[in-house]
Amino acid sequence: MQVRDIPMIKTVQRSLLGLALLFTGGVAADEVKVAVAANFTAPMQAIAPAFEKATGHTLVASFGATGQFYTQINNGAPFDVFLSADDTTPARLESEGATVPGSRFTYAIGSLVLWSADASYLDGTDAALKAGQFRHLSIANPKAAPYGLAAMQVLDKLGLSEAVKAKLVEGQNITQAHQFVSTGNAELGFVALSQVYKDGQVSSGSAWIVPDTMYDPIKQDAVMLKQGANNPAAAALVEYLKGPEAARVIESFGYKL
Amino acid sequence: MPLSKNDLDAILLTLELASLTTVLLLIIGTPLAWWLARTDSWLKRPVGAVVALPLVLPPTVIGFYLLVSMGPNGFFGQLTQSLGLGTFTFTFTGLVIGSIFYSLPFVVQPLQNAFEAIGRAPLEAAATLRASPWDSFFSVVLPLARPGFITAAILSFAHTIGEFGVVLMIGGNIPGKTQVVSVQIYNHVEAMEYAQAHWLAGGMLAFSFIVLLTLYSGRSHKMRAL
Repeated sequence: MQVRDIPMIKTVQRSLLGLALLFTGGVAADEVKVAVAANFTAPMQAIAPAFEKATGHTLVASFGATGQFYTQINNGAPFDVFLSADDTTPARLESEGATVPGSRFTYAIGSLVLWSADASYLDGTDAALKAGQFRHLSIANPKAAPYGLAAMQVLDKLGLSEAVKAKLVEGQNITQAHQFVSTGNAELGFVALSQVYKDGQVSSGSAWIVPDTMYDPIKQDAVMLKQGANNPAAAALVEYLKGPEAARVIESFGYKL
Repeated sequence: MPLSKNDLDAILLTLELASLTTVLLLIIGTPLAWWLARTDSWLKRPVGAVVALPLVLPPTVIGFYLLVSMGPNGFFGQLTQSLGLGTFTFTFTGLVIGSIFYSLPFVVQPLQNAFEAIGRAPLEAAATLRASPWDSFFSVVLPLARPGFITAAILSFAHTIGEFGVVLMIGGNIPGKTQVVSVQIYNHVEAMEYAQAHWLAGGMLAFSFIVLLTLYSGRSHKMRAL
């Protein structure tokens, strides 16, 4: 008599088989793996369920820094679609042949905001920044995150680069830059408007929405990667992102289109 | 050698951090390990478990809790602020504190094992020869536990050199203060500066290998207790 003949083992095996069969339903739906720039985390989390409901496909999102994703994609990371925080990285991937040609489009135009978790710290202007009475100013790493680069441009425009140099702390991506401010470790920081903005206003803390003229436009491009070429879910996602429902969500987070 | 000033600063900073952490941990860890080795108190198990926590916790967990507690709203941060020391996030001191937590079990456990291996007999013999507890500790225990101390020092140094998750959470990437080699390599890779990443990573690999090789060949003659 083998172990597999024992009645209880047979029951367990049959139950496991039954469970496995239950989960393999929905053969018509495909899965799209998306690499999403950290600043777009909240909008994507709002768009994903709507997309899944509308199309029946599954969306699996990974959030991180644009520079990091570029390296990972070049080393075979299994993404179908890439939502970057800038327009140069998708262009670079395109010129290296890692994308489906012609699939690149701008899905959002980002806004930079100087934000503090303290609701009384900023008064809607750059006064506190110029006064310099803070110990730490948080930005995203300018070499890896376009919002970090934009922050440096703003500091240059205001002539404050040298003055704040000793107080700068860099987050590895815009999410970490935001974390430093939200935990109070940095009194203020340059973050993406989408991280602190919902339905027409800054949802907590205090802010100075930086005028567009002070930094190069943060055009955020999306592109379909080679892996997503024959994936219907990937094509459906690209279409959905260009559509009106997605546009409504994207704009509600403070992006422009 | 195409290493920038930031790269060289990062190397120096990392060596400073690892050395300081090792020295401090040997000072803190020795009494703790001695107590753990000799006590029969019910606290032995819970304290031993807390000491071993950094072995199993992802470094980002340690880093995250440090970020929150060292900040102005956290327990530790409010303590340091009331002492007029400000907050320790984004400072070298903060990194040292983080590293002490991170490498604690790597010092305490080898020392505890070494102390336990000595047993009671040598100490009882020393006591019958009128050695005071301090005297017997320094003249009997320390020499016998020397392999344990060497292991503890090597492990703590090497482990702190490789520290990444904790530094990433509380460092803020400040050149000369919190930008250690592991973070700098990560920065280079993210910025697609692969040549510099190779130089730094390869250099640290070679350095670590040489250090370990030297120390292990020095110890092979004395490999008894460990």
